[in-house]
Amino acid sequence: MTSLRFAWRALTMLWSNGKARAGLIVLSVFVVLAVFAPLIVPHSPTATTFPQNQGPSGVNWFGTTGNGQDVLSQVIYGTRISLLVCLASGAMATVVAVTLGLIAGYRPGLVDELLSFVNNLALVIPALPLMIILAAYLQGHSVWTIVLVVGFTSWATGARVIRSQTSTLRTREFVTSAVLSGERLPRVVFREILPNMISLVTASFMAAATAAVLAEASLEFLGLGNPTTVSWGTILYYAQQQNALLTGQWVLVLAPGLAIVLLMTSFTLINFGVDALSNPSLRERS
Amino acid sequence: MHNEVPPMVLERVTKTYRGRGAGKSVTAVDDVSFSIAPGAAVGLVGASGSGKSTLAKMITGSERPTAGEIMFGDVRVGRLRSGGLRRLHSQVQMVFQDPYAALNPLHTVEYTVMRPCQNFLGMSAGQARRRVAELLETVGLAPAGQFAAKLPHQLSGGQRQRVVIARALACDPDLIVADEPVSMLDVSLRAGVLKLLADLGRQRGLSLLYITHDLLSARVVTDELLVLSEGRIVERGPTKRVLQHPEHGYTVRLLDAVPNPFASSV
Amino acid sequence: MILEARGVSVVYEPARGERIWAVRDVDISLAQGEFVGLVGESGCGKSTLGYALTRMLRPPARMDGGVIAFDGTDIASLDADRLRRQRRGGIALVLQSGMNALNPVRSVERHFRDVLKAHARPGEDLGAASIRRRGAALLDSVRLDHAVLRMFPHELSGGMRQRVSIALALALDPRMIVFDEPTTALDVIVQRAVMQTIRQLQRDRGFTAVLISHDLGVVLEATQRVMVMYSGRIVEDAPAGQLLRGPHHPYTEALLACYGDPRADQVTLSGIPGTPPDLSLSPTGCPFTPRCPLAEDICADQDPPLTPLGAGRAACHVRARAGAEADHA
Repeated sequence: MTSLRFAWRALTMLWSNGKARAGLIVLSVFVVLAVFAPLIVPHSPTATTFPQNQGPSGVNWFGTTGNGQDVLSQVIYGTRISLLVCLASGAMATVVAVTLGLIAGYRPGLVDELLSFVNNLALVIPALPLMIILAAYLQGHSVWTIVLVVGFTSWATGARVIRSQTSTLRTREFVTSAVLSGERLPRVVFREILPNMISLVTASFMAAATAAVLAEASLEFLGLGNPTTVSWGTILYYAQQQNALLTGQWVLVLAPGLAIVLLMTSFTLINFGVDALSNPSLRERS
Repeated sequence: MHNEVPPMVLERVTKTYRGRGAGKSVTAVDDVSFSIAPGAAVGLVGASGSGKSTLAKMITGSERPTAGEIMFGDVRVGRLRSGGLRRLHSQVQMVFQDPYAALNPLHTVEYTVMRPCQNFLGMSAGQARRRVAELLETVGLAPAGQFAAKLPHQLSGGQRQRVVIARALACDPDLIVADEPVSMLDVSLRAGVLKLLADLGRQRGLSLLYITHDLLSARVVTDELLVLSEGRIVERGPTKRVLQHPEHGYTVRLLDAVPNPFASSV
Repeated sequence: MILEARGVSVVYEPARGERIWAVRDVDISLAQGEFVGLVGESGCGKSTLGYALTRMLRPPARMDGGVIAFDGTDIASLDADRLRRQRRGGIALVLQSGMNALNPVRSVERHFRDVLKAHARPGEDLGAASIRRRGAALLDSVRLDHAVLRMFPHELSGGMRQRVSIALALALDPRMIVFDEPTTALDVIVQRAVMQTIRQLQRDRGFTAVLISHDLGVVLEATQRVMVMYSGRIVEDAPAGQLLRGPHHPYTEALLACYGDPRADQVTLSGIPGTPPDLSLSPTGCPFTPRCPLAEDICADQDPPLTPLGAGRAACHVRARAGAEADHA
């Protein structure tokens, strides 16, 4: 069974779930916006050619910023950063969570105790303040700094869940069977246990990506990102700098805010259909 | 290789599980000694909680005895680590009670039965596939081609159990520990699977440790019977004799638990 | 007749996959105080039938036609409210796994309170003392110590939990109890004790009992009348004694041959060749045909009706014909 065929079947299975379908559609819209941003934007996002602080009009559908930039173009371009960061840091967080969770769950004893302790520590420390501190400390001010910071602070919940599931699966008879068949540890973990956790890992990834969207926007909003890049968070940053709410520039707040919410919701909706990925009938040959 | 097969000998084996926190410790197996000669079919009967499954796990190396020794020839089974355990598994295999739980729901029959051939017999994928076909035919899943690509959920309980047996046979073991292999199958399907196990034992000189609470199947499959109660062996002897002339009270109770309509006057 | 079920059919309609006909056109009549066994192997429909009779079917299972008249009332058509009122003094269900049926965070006494409160009659005394008294009396009847009232399910053994489940079923003074594999999950020795308790209760209280089990031995020992199911249909219905000595249906015969006495001098283990039928297909004719040693052409074409044979009935063309010939001889 090739991975491609499995992926296709997984997609059709997700599609058949109403909520997941809605999520997939919304996500696809964002992906299209991100990929084709240069072709779709009506104006350049950074060109300060428009009158400042305008409300929505025929020329600028979402109005303009305090610097005379077109908000709609900024939102469309901002999709690139948001999507990139949330997918990359979501992936990073998931890789860390899976690695630590598998190790802790498979080997009870000292290793598990140590990792669980670290895990609990990571769970207790509030994520956003930690991110702020890290971002300020790293002074990188690039997108990748944000990815790293968000990725390394979002693994704790996923790791705990994966550890728990690994621990349960470890005692199942098909794992004992695999050991009796002469399988070595890496194969047991990656070919026997992990495949049975696909929906859990995917759900973890979706949750991490969801949180990452908001985290990234928050860091940008607080000025810890690169203010020269165009992202939803920086739109909010400038909006706050220029007291958008006081001047009645509600679109400046609503547009990026809505975009953030919609992207997060799309991931959450897709998560509803992810349970089905563990269904063995996805792997049938016929 | 069956020419130099040693017996599996248990000497005063005890297994105690420490209680967690305020819990008491549990002695699952208490001072058990017996041996399984090469080619023998030995039965281990007892109710649940008697320690049968714990013994099975210790013999196949999944658990370590708290006291006593399990000797398979020169090898101290209770002290083995991963390399030694793998060698042990090439000679000692297990058939589990729940055929669905014993098969990875995401792997095909072919994959499951191929792995021991590749791991223990060093076969290439192609050679292993051919061997899988032979094994499937041996356990009655014919034509093999039809079953090789199936996933566990596409098979019936009896078929799944046959796959588990094929997997256990793949490495050509000397001893098979069968832990309640048919108790989750329909009554009408049990005879077929048990006959398969018994025949394999005879044809290949395999030793069989048959663990069960069902005295009827123990009678048919085994030559020697051990009765286990609360971790201790309370009675042992030739199967027919133990069942027809039980000496220990627990054996009598086990026999009484067999529903009456079929009790003939002996 | 306390229960008259006619034409009961149950179909499973999962969201994806084939429809499965779990029960096909079953007729059952039960007299007050009868102890009846319903026997069959996996997939024969016995549990589904038991659930249908007690109106406990859940989607994707659906009753597809049929009438279930309990004491004259067609319970198949009752709405939720009237059904719940009917449960008092009506039909109770005891499930397979006592451990799964009990709420792990509630004490046994609380379980009794929940049941009695849910089906309270107006003006009934449901104070703590009254409940404790009634609970204790019920525990007595299943031979459990009163101390169990204060315990939680995880503190009880499997057999004790099952007895608690039975006591809970008795709390509403039912006239009929359906036991769905009550001892299957239990130890062999405990099984015997629990079955003895069930038989004693049935004798003392006189409720109609239906024992659903895959274990023909247990059923033959405990019940007066046995119904054998195969592929969603009842294929034989006879007094237990007659079934043991001379079964009429080839499936019953073959099933009986799978059992035996381990103490006998000669013991053989028989099975039934072939595999159980695929319930997603609706074949014509007798479902046992592919595995039947007596199969003839007519068997594959026509579904045999239940015909009277001896003191019972069996659905077999060949045996029916033999019976008719013997009558005329």
